[in-house]
Amino acid sequence: MRVLVAMSGGVDSSVAASLLLDRHEVVGATMKLWGGVSDSGCCSVADVEDARRVAQQLGITHHVFNFTADFDERVVVPYVEAHAAGRTPNPCIECNRHIKFDRFMVRAAQLGFDAVATGHHARVVRRGDAFALRRAVDPAKDQSYVLSMLGQRQLAHLLLPVGEMTKDDVRAEASRLGLRTASKPDSQDVCFIRRGGREVFLGDRIPLHPGRLVDTAGNLVGEVPAVELVTVGQRRGLPGGARARRYALDVDVDTRTVVVGAEDELAVPAITLTDVTWAGGPLADGTEVDVQTSAHGRPQPAVWVAGSLRGALRRVAPGQTVALYRGDEVVGAGLAA
Amino acid sequence: MPDDDTAYGDTAYDDTAYLDNAATTPVRPEALDAMLPFLTRDFGNPSGSHRVARRAKQAIEEAREIVAAALGVLPSEVVFTAGGTEADNLAVLGWAARGRALCSAVEHHAVLHAVEAVGGAVVPVDGTGRVRLDALDAALGDDVGLVSVMLANNEVGTIQPLAEVVDLVRRRAPKALVHTDAVQAFPWLDVASLAAGADLVAVSAHKFGGPKGIGALAVRGGVALHPIVLGGGQEAGRRSGTHDVAGIAGMAAAVVATEATRAATVALIAARRDRLVAGLVALGAVETVPPEMKVAGNAHVRFPGVETEALLVRLDEEGVCASAGSACASGALEPSHVLAAMGIPSEGSVRFSLGWATTDADIDRALAAVPRALAMRSGW
Repeated sequence: MRVLVAMSGGVDSSVAASLLLDRHEVVGATMKLWGGVSDSGCCSVADVEDARRVAQQLGITHHVFNFTADFDERVVVPYVEAHAAGRTPNPCIECNRHIKFDRFMVRAAQLGFDAVATGHHARVVRRGDAFALRRAVDPAKDQSYVLSMLGQRQLAHLLLPVGEMTKDDVRAEASRLGLRTASKPDSQDVCFIRRGGREVFLGDRIPLHPGRLVDTAGNLVGEVPAVELVTVGQRRGLPGGARARRYALDVDVDTRTVVVGAEDELAVPAITLTDVTWAGGPLADGTEVDVQTSAHGRPQPAVWVAGSLRGALRRVAPGQTVALYRGDEVVGAGLAA
Repeated sequence: MPDDDTAYGDTAYDDTAYLDNAATTPVRPEALDAMLPFLTRDFGNPSGSHRVARRAKQAIEEAREIVAAALGVLPSEVVFTAGGTEADNLAVLGWAARGRALCSAVEHHAVLHAVEAVGGAVVPVDGTGRVRLDALDAALGDDVGLVSVMLANNEVGTIQPLAEVVDLVRRRAPKALVHTDAVQAFPWLDVASLAAGADLVAVSAHKFGGPKGIGALAVRGGVALHPIVLGGGQEAGRRSGTHDVAGIAGMAAAVVATEATRAATVALIAARRDRLVAGLVALGAVETVPPEMKVAGNAHVRFPGVETEALLVRLDEEGVCASAGSACASGALEPSHVLAAMGIPSEGSVRFSLGWATTDADIDRALAAVPRALAMRSGW
């Protein structure tokens, strides 16, 4: 097959490219996604140079695709708008949905490739004519959550070579090959947010408003500097309670109010999903699933019934991705309503 | 002069049509021959006073006379620089203290970013990329110290009405200098005559068969530029740093070869360019600037509805080297400021650029490859 590898300049995609060389015709490409300043993450000139150098060392062609306009339109602007509306977006997942597994895949198809590969830690397995997404071999590095929105159309053209390896093995392989990315630190956080953090990034783009903290009885118990930055379920950054730890139970940007309460008050009997996607086909009502609500969150059991998940669940911030698993296999995903 | 497949000599790629000569050209054999002694036996530092140094110094002064004649200035008015960017930077930054800087909106970034860095202003262009004289007129005044308008554009090839620009500047801003970036013009145009009215003229050797990393700024009439590279005071204090003797010798040899063959090369390459463009237009392309308004080597076209980035990758796979706009530091294509200034969409834009070594076989290969490159599926 002709395979186009998305090379971020990190160690995982470097090794992913190397693993495909034996069996495929491999070309590498790095997406330039963020046009603004960045000091972390995956869009810097230095990262592109690292990807290009790894491609040289592997003896493969390397291209740079400028997707900054698409990234701005499909990831950054919705990220900002979601915060303004008091939702909690996951820009990495939206980038996967719209850029890496749409724009990039279309580009690969245009260029006559048969498949795309990335350095994500997860596994695509074939089952007859269908494809399934499973958790990575290395549970600590599993990234199936951020790929949970993929459907058959993408999975049929996707290779994830490092999903079978532990991170230690990936680094060892990069060292063995003498790749300059071998000891590069893992990328952290959102690539377009600089060290100043979300507050500076969002503060430059939308008005941030002080918010009132109230308890479930409506009593004023404190204030926060920016209600748009508070996420349901959040504890850190909220003014400490007198007796118990306080968690954000609800955020209302219109009234600039955050309802706080004890951890057990985060419990909900159901979570409704929007924008649901299925890896294979829709689940039948009554199907038991495991629910994961953050990249490395602990799965919770639930039952899928009519667009909702029922069970002893913990509240999820509106806008967050909820991934549905059966065993170690992704069956679908949606956004918390 | 090239007339068959052997024109590249040892530098030929058998499977490649190299049509990116506005980016760089292969080194002419004459230039390479002229350089080699100064990379081997005659390695001296021309700033010295002994016999080895004198050999190098002589080569530089011979080269200076050749470059001066080609630019229509005195030998003492030639400042060798490390390429076109430095020459442009020296012109803009070296004079910025004397008044406000203006430049056209389609200048190379070597001028544009320098003008922006000193707080200068940008003058709009028309739909063909020519600077709007009415807008320039309006922007000119006694406070203007420098006006920079390129002789020919690197992306779309447009030749600027430099003589009219000079006249206007002399009338409306008598204290201002006129700088012209003649980097793209030199292979094709008689720069000495077309830039006769300019005070400052920048050229770069690798655009006409010389080596990379060497260029020159002509500084007419004893203009005292503030140097931007300080040190040992070479080039009469205008550009410090040990001379790139081999580069300077190679540049001079490339100047001689270019001037000796220019008229014939222009006629030959313009005909090849016209054949290429006619073939591309038959495949759905739109020519960006008509041939009579641009240099002979430029074939900038647009394929409406096609993604430039994908097309360039497919062309590369088919053995055709072309480009579009300018690349940023990461190597990603950036939206073209030139097309934006002209009010032309950048979608599907591709610059094929021919050079002294471009053959009929290159054109044939390109015309055979483009339909294959355009045949892209829309998805899986």
